[in-house]
Amino acid sequence: MLELIVLLIFMIAAGIVAVEIKDLLASVIALGAVGFAVAIGFIMLAAPDLAIVQIVIEVLSVVFFVAVILKTTHVDSTLGRPYKGGDIFTFVVFGMFALAFVYFGVRLLAGLAPMSRELGQVASHYLTQGLAETGAVNRVTSVVLDYRALDTLGEATVLFTAVIGVLAVLRLEGRKK
Amino acid sequence: MIILVASLILFLVGLYAIITKRNMIKVAVGFSLMEYSVNFLFAIVGFRPGALPPILQAVEAGKVYSDPLPQALVLTAIVIGLGVTAFMLSLILRLYNRIGSFDLEEIQRLKG
Amino acid sequence: MKGMTPIVKVVARIVGGFIFIYGCYIVLYGHLSPGGGFAGGAIIAAGLILARLAFGTTASQERSASISSSIFESTGGLLFLLIALLGLFVGGYFFINLFPSFGTPGRLVSAGSIPFSNIAIGIKVAAAILSIFVVLASTKYIFKE
Repeated sequence: MLELIVLLIFMIAAGIVAVEIKDLLASVIALGAVGFAVAIGFIMLAAPDLAIVQIVIEVLSVVFFVAVILKTTHVDSTLGRPYKGGDIFTFVVFGMFALAFVYFGVRLLAGLAPMSRELGQVASHYLTQGLAETGAVNRVTSVVLDYRALDTLGEATVLFTAVIGVLAVLRLEGRKK
Repeated sequence: MIILVASLILFLVGLYAIITKRNMIKVAVGFSLMEYSVNFLFAIVGFRPGALPPILQAVEAGKVYSDPLPQALVLTAIVIGLGVTAFMLSLILRLYNRIGSFDLEEIQRLKG
Repeated sequence: MKGMTPIVKVVARIVGGFIFIYGCYIVLYGHLSPGGGFAGGAIIAAGLILARLAFGTTASQERSASISSSIFESTGGLLFLLIALLGLFVGGYFFINLFPSFGTPGRLVSAGSIPFSNIAIGIKVAAAILSIFVVLASTKYIFKE
């Protein structure tokens, strides 16, 4: 488990760099570092399906960010501006929320006790009966496309909506009257 | 336990960017960070020490496998995250076209 | 959008086809090995995006790519829905897996309608990501002088 903790510390450090650095291109590259660390973590957590998807999607997401930044500007001009009273209030509220979030998150996850848990009924049914019921060796595929295929249909709808939204927002010429 | 707390802290880093930063690209970066931390938390919940990937012909006695259900949920959530990020970037491009910078305070000064 | 240097073009010419074939392999063997429609579709889209970035595109090419990727995305979604409706009319349930025990498990021909669903999802994801990229990176929307 030590390697996962080291990986998570690296992810948090790269995330702080991505949030605080002045150059937006460097910020996006630090975000890519976090994404690749997530992919390595998926391999450590015995999830090769997720690792493949995460690597490719991370590359594409960095490409999208860079395509936007190259068209506009890559200097964050809002850093270094003096803070006003309202900003300090925002920081205080965020600090209080962070403390409460960590406290209740620890209390909630302590009841979960993930690393020593026996597999639940549903998961062991998928593992033992999945091949006989669906014929797929890869149990993740059998869950995605057979047991919970309606969820996948909803996902396809969300992706379709996102593409339509992008096409509609970036249309330059208005409707002909 | 410490791993779960660390991914909660990664979530808080993303939330900090969304709440306090005044640059729109930084807000999008924070959104992506939150999404990664939640995906990672799901994968941790489905894992046990020494588990094998859930790709098998038959379950062998004495071996542990990771839970396929959270992996299937995260698999779709990763691709949705790319779509949501692309939609946010297109909105940012249109706002840049209108006000000429990524500053969120410029947007508050806009009227009508 | 302009193309890149000759070094990038030569490397892209060699690598791009292999990336495309690897994506097709990931889609087709999704029920036997790690991968599936989502991963394979994203890899296919990455190969196409590599070719577009390396060789550059003109405005008319971008327009035709936008139209054709929209058509492919609708085709993928309709194929997935058609498989679901086939399950409803033949098997009795929406999204039922038809003939799950056909073929030997572990071979390519097995798992009933799961490979066909994988192909439909792969087409849909690849076309969706490609159309987002074409719009975000097209020459019509350059703001910086």
